[in-house]
Amino acid sequence: MDFTDILISLIKIVVMFGVVLLTVAELVYTERRISAFIQNRLGPNRVGWKGLLQPYADVLKLLLKEDIVPTAANRFIHTLAPVISIAVAFSTLAVVPIAGETIRLFGREVQMVIADVNIGVLYILALTSMGVYGLTLSGWSSNNKYSLLGGLRSSAQMISYELAMGLSVIGVIMVTGSLRLTDVVAHQSGWMWNMILQPVGFVTFVVAAFAETNRAPFDLPEAEPELVGGYHTEYSSFKFALFFLAEYANMITASAVIVTLYLGGWQVPYLELLNLPVGVTIALQILAFMLKVAFMLFVFQWVRWSVPRFRYDQLMNLGWKVMLPIALANVIVTGIVMLLL
Amino acid sequence: MHTKEEHKYKLTFWEKIYIPEILKGMRLTLEQMLKKKETREYPEEKWVPPPSYRGAPVLVQEENGVERCVACGLCSRVCPALAIEVQASETEDEKERYPVLFEINMLRCIFCGFCEEVCPEEAIVMSPTYELAFTRYEDAIFDKEKLLTPVEELRPRLEYLHAHR
Repeated sequence: MDFTDILISLIKIVVMFGVVLLTVAELVYTERRISAFIQNRLGPNRVGWKGLLQPYADVLKLLLKEDIVPTAANRFIHTLAPVISIAVAFSTLAVVPIAGETIRLFGREVQMVIADVNIGVLYILALTSMGVYGLTLSGWSSNNKYSLLGGLRSSAQMISYELAMGLSVIGVIMVTGSLRLTDVVAHQSGWMWNMILQPVGFVTFVVAAFAETNRAPFDLPEAEPELVGGYHTEYSSFKFALFFLAEYANMITASAVIVTLYLGGWQVPYLELLNLPVGVTIALQILAFMLKVAFMLFVFQWVRWSVPRFRYDQLMNLGWKVMLPIALANVIVTGIVMLLL
Repeated sequence: MHTKEEHKYKLTFWEKIYIPEILKGMRLTLEQMLKKKETREYPEEKWVPPPSYRGAPVLVQEENGVERCVACGLCSRVCPALAIEVQASETEDEKERYPVLFEINMLRCIFCGFCEEVCPEEAIVMSPTYELAFTRYEDAIFDKEKLLTPVEELRPRLEYLHAHR
């Protein structure tokens, strides 16, 4: 690890960070537009071309608001919580490969992934469950009963769905035989996407991912009719913006992980038959990856405005009595089929 | 909280596994998304009210430029919000009386249309104007100059009144 390596990593991180931040901003916009279109409205279309600059106006407004910390709140943790949320949301993306080929930079072969860790899947699972600390601590430190309830709900929800998520990933790991995400993607060449090899695992993973990102229909931690605003009731100004950002960054992470594990990552079917130059191949692979992620993001928002929120006991029933057995059965069936073949 | 689920009818297997029903719902929302939107983009595209609409009350101005009003003061009397002030004077015209001062305080007006109903000369009618936002008190008090509206512009409302009274 010398200076060049660090420089290359830094460049990758900065690029990734910039792209994700821009995407987060525009996600806020697409969310509002998609919800509006589903409800036969137009949505924000005034700021900038077709309203594209709306999120920037929103952020500016939030920055100008007063930053309130409740008197009885634990000041340090109150400030720390949104930071945990956002840090975890961003750092998960470090192991997601965005293209298969390598490019030459400063005389080195550079892989199109920030960190090609050999336990990538574990890293993702570990970090996404770290995200719950942000929500739970924010709920606890606000010293507000609604916030606390929201935080508690998020932790209970995470525990229940983390299991199903982990078990559905085991199916993928069994098929691939590696925890390294680049291997997982490389294994899904052509049309051999894990979505086709592991249809049940795919469904359980996607449902669990919805629960993990606290998106509707599993957005109980912030259920506004019952909990005012849930864990971020007592947050204002930029700290609220951070939570807002973290929610959307989590969505991007979840989409990227779903795409990597089940939708073939950067794989473009039959691309290798065309014998294109490396540069074009990389561009196409990155484009394919981005399009797949964009589609998953659209699905996230589409579901939010179609499916009503679960009741809390229904959520727990679904998590423990349905998702967990199905995910377990999926692992067993995968094992048996692999033994027989 | 119910511990046991109660349903009006028994769910079939396909309804119980939930996913197909969710996909059905998502198809519905997708169809809604592609529909034409009903939103009117207001400042660019303005709503034209029907003749039955009661907007700001105005004074009818005849073709010769004189108001119809004979300053009888009935509108002022009937106004429940006390928004109208009339001061009468004499004129050489055929109608003999005219208002020297006619003011409607648009902050008080409640658009009930009583003034229009009570007017014996059809001199005060409700116009289709609905953009009544002011930044100063003085702007909200409409004097005679501001209230006078050519009879041509008010034709739909006058015809509507004739047809329904």
